[in-house]
This record gives sequence, structure tokens and C-alpha cells, in this order.
Amino acid sequence: MMKTDMRRDRPKHLNLLKIHLPVTGVVSIIHRITGVLMILCIPFCAFLLQYSLQNESAFNATLDLFNDLSVRLFFGLALWSVAHHFLAGIRYLLFDVDIGVAKTSARRAAWIVVSGDVVVLATIFWWLI
Amino acid sequence: MRGRSGGVRTWVIQRLSAVYIAVFMVMFLFQLTTQPPIDFQSWHSMMASPLVNIAFICFWIAVISHAWIGMRDVIMDYVHDDGLRFIVLSLLGLFLVFMLVWLVKILITVGF
Repeated sequence: MMKTDMRRDRPKHLNLLKIHLPVTGVVSIIHRITGVLMILCIPFCAFLLQYSLQNESAFNATLDLFNDLSVRLFFGLALWSVAHHFLAGIRYLLFDVDIGVAKTSARRAAWIVVSGDVVVLATIFWWLI
Repeated sequence: MRGRSGGVRTWVIQRLSAVYIAVFMVMFLFQLTTQPPIDFQSWHSMMASPLVNIAFICFWIAVISHAWIGMRDVIMDYVHDDGLRFIVLSLLGLFLVFMLVWLVKILITVGF
């Protein structure tokens, strides 16, 4: 179809090293990436939920898993993903009710999300690792 | 090949599920930090208590719905071939339905 062919022939510039994304763009793409990451975590959550509820020894084995550093690292990453997606998501929900939509407010809100991310990262690091 | 992507109804489901997830997570985190289930008995009875059990099932329904809408948007953005996109979306749907049924199964059978 003509329209699809013309769309496919548009020039593309996807050199991520050269593109300067404003903070709002960074928050947005991380929001998307954390979303996808969390979907990949769902089967692990289901398994851990099932296993931990099976019986006492399975429950203890589940807790023991977290003695392993690499498990704690993955869990930390998953927790941080939840936190970022949550914080950035609140920013978007506020946009939906017309709060903070102006460019300056939106940019400030993005920086607030980033600060929240750093606080959460520090908390996770201190608590888990 | 073009299917309907939903519009306002999809947007509403995404936002409502987001709000439920957010509220549940805050309350759950509060519960886990103030009254942590430190052993099997307390964890099991917490998950079996009717209110938590039902709210948690609803949480996963919200998560799976929210995940479907979000991931579908991502796939629509990056997979441009109609046939491939159909296959990928179908696999995503199958995966998410599987996960939801698994999670509901786990929670419904707690304490049996």
C-alpha cells in the first residue's frame, strides 16, 4: 500500500549516543522499560507466591533465597522498577487531570521523579545490599 | 490489517487499574513494614484472610489488564509488520492469561 511504503521510507535517525533527550524524555522511556521489565518478573512472583505458601520448609527456603547476593540484586532492580514506574505514573495521572502539563511544570515534575528514584535507589541499596 | 485499539475505554481501564495498583501497593507495603509476616504461619494466614485474599486477586487482575494495555502499546510502536504483530500480540495475550489464571489459582487455593 502506498501509504505504508511512504511511511517506511522516511529518513531515520536512531543514534542514541547523539540524541539529546530532555529529562522528561528520559523519565518517559525508563517508565516504558520498567513496565516491560516488570511483566517479565510476573512468572517469578507467581512462583515465589506459590512456593512460599506451600508449607513451612518451602517458606523458609524462599526466605533463604534472599541470602544470595545476586538474588538480592535482581530483587532490588525489580523493586526499583516498581518505584520508578509508580512515581512516573503518578506524574502521568496528574497530567490526565490537567495538573503540571505546562512545559516548565512538566520538566520540574520529571526532576522530582528523578529525585524520588535516587532516594528509592539509595534506600534499596542500604536495605538490601 | 487494523484492529480497534480501544480509545477512551482502554485509557480508562489503564488509569483505573493504575490507581488500584498504586493504592494496594501502598497499603500492602504499610502492612508488610508494620506487621511483617515473619514465619509461615503468619504469612499463610495473612494470604488466607478473606479481605487480603480478595484484594490481592483483584490486584493481579489489575496488573494483568494494565500490563496488557501497556505492552500492547509498546508492540504497536515497534512491530510494524501486520502478520508478525498479530502473532506477537497473541503470544503476549496467551502469556498474560496464563499468568492471571496461575495467580488466581494460587490465591483461591490458599488454605485448602
